[in-house]
Amino acid sequence: MALTKNEISNMIMSAFPDATLELVDTAGDSNHYSAKIISKIFNGKSKVEQHKLVYKALKGKMGNELHALALTTEEKNG
Amino acid sequence: MDEINKKIKGILDTNDIVLFMKGTPEAPQCGFSMAVTNILKHLNVKFEGINVLQSDEFRQGIKDFTDWPTIPQLYVKGEFVGGCDIVKEMFEKGELKKLLQDKSLLS
Repeated sequence: MALTKNEISNMIMSAFPDATLELVDTAGDSNHYSAKIISKIFNGKSKVEQHKLVYKALKGKMGNELHALALTTEEKNG
Repeated sequence: MDEINKKIKGILDTNDIVLFMKGTPEAPQCGFSMAVTNILKHLNVKFEGINVLQSDEFRQGIKDFTDWPTIPQLYVKGEFVGGCDIVKEMFEKGELKKLLQDKSLLS
């Protein structure tokens, strides 16, 4: 039971309302995605903390229903 | 549960660089684990590859221990550095090499 692009995007946007999100279904199988998230919420946090916030937003799906997510996070300035 | 934590702690206390991975450095069984293994081989550093597939308990235990949902997981001097995405990004930016140099682990 893979995740749809919409489901992932909704979960991310509800946790990071200010985010700029680039979400790509890289293998076309709803199981391998890449995501680039730019948000002020990451400001001042380490990469590990930033990625942990994203995994929390995905409510335990990461590594389960969602097999692979190539994740890039960036702070949002200005 | 704390049996696994003790085992993990023991591994981290006795090895400078530890990669919890699927498979072994010689025979990685997952693309992400292989990617990190290749980076460490490229940097020519000695590291301990721990196959988390040895038991389901271990595979889940390390995720709970680190509070990180995926494998591989890279530890340097007992500190969690990141999974495949972060290690790759750090490598590309030269941050991984600097971290290893700072900890005098780069030959």
